[in-house]
Amino acid sequence: MKNLIYTCFAVLILAACSSNESAKNALPIYGNREPVTKTVNGKTVTDTIYQTIPKFSFIDQYGDSITNKSLDGNIYVADFFFTSCPNICPVMHRNMLKVYNTFNKVGDFKIVSYTIDPKHDSVNVLKQYAEKLGVKDKNWLFLQGKKDETYKLAKGYMVQARENVHDGFFILVDKQKRIRGSYLGTDPAQVDKMIEDIKTLQAEPQQHIAQ
Amino acid sequence: MRAFLVICFFSVAATVLTSCSEQDLEYKRAYTNGSLVYQQHCQNCHGNDGEGLSALIPPLTDSIYYKKNSAQLACLIKNGSSGLMIVGDKAYTDKMPPSGLAPIEISQVLTYIRNSFGNKHGIVSVDEVNKDLEGCN
Ligand code: HEC
Repeated sequence: MKNLIYTCFAVLILAACSSNESAKNALPIYGNREPVTKTVNGKTVTDTIYQTIPKFSFIDQYGDSITNKSLDGNIYVADFFFTSCPNICPVMHRNMLKVYNTFNKVGDFKIVSYTIDPKHDSVNVLKQYAEKLGVKDKNWLFLQGKKDETYKLAKGYMVQARENVHDGFFILVDKQKRIRGSYLGTDPAQVDKMIEDIKTLQAEPQQHIAQ
Repeated sequence: MRAFLVICFFSVAATVLTSCSEQDLEYKRAYTNGSLVYQQHCQNCHGNDGEGLSALIPPLTDSIYYKKNSAQLACLIKNGSSGLMIVGDKAYTDKMPPSGLAPIEISQVLTYIRNSFGNKHGIVSVDEVNKDLEGCN
């Protein structure tokens, strides 16, 4: 009997620990949020509306149109770059290649790189770049659109992009298009952390998919 | 006479030894400074271990390429490069920008890359670099 009680306690403690553990591991949700109250079945409930990635419509390296809708149902990582960038981009994409190779076979995961220099980075230039990097499928999209729209969209991802200038962040977006992480793409340690966080996000229970 | 021989022997030995270690010191200095130049000017593209980046940027591990193009390396680092380049059986066509490095820094960074990543060449002196730079086109 005594043994049984001990075992019971042990199991309880373990269970408590592990639920703590998963709460600690849950990724934060970034950006603005606002509470909304609505009436469901005669009851007033309060819901939270989180900031999500704004709508966009761009062209990928194969010349196909890609919108925010095309990414529905995927966890994805976004960054801003340009192919002729001599300083941080090679480092960012050397690190991103590791992310690509880690998740390329799992499905429901994409990488999206927006060029901030659409004038030089035509569809053809982006295609060549992708191929030379070793990307031959649609799991890593290289997108180009109008400059102003690109710069505006960057704000939606909470990063900086303007004429010839962009920061080196990788932005992790969940299936509800909420920002769940931001990592310095030039730092291999932060990129490794992102790889772990993507796995955490993949294991997160499915909630309703917004929009 | 015997004393003279002994002195002679020791002084020769001493010169050989000191000149050896002087050379050694020179090499070590060039290599150490070269690693700093590399970190600042080259590492982002060519990688921590000189591994390059897929088919975009060539690796710095091909000793045969260095041997064949030894006299052109200083100019390449000074002026950059664009167009087709074959390194270790693979074709590269992207642009390497001019580095803006002084001849002494070029000799240091060359000493570094030609003795790292599996390469073993020894020092690349400033005199050599200056001579090679005269031939740049
Ligand atoms: C913006 C990226 C970039 C930077 C910075 C850069 N390189 Fe390169 N490097 C390249 C590319 C691209 C090529 C191939 C050029 C071509 O195809 O004509 C190359 C070629 C080379 C080669 C000849 C091929 C080989 O792999 O051995 C050497 C040597 C070299 N670089 C050394 C350096 C050194 C030393 C520095 C720093 C002073 C440097 N590079 C900085 C991109 C870069």
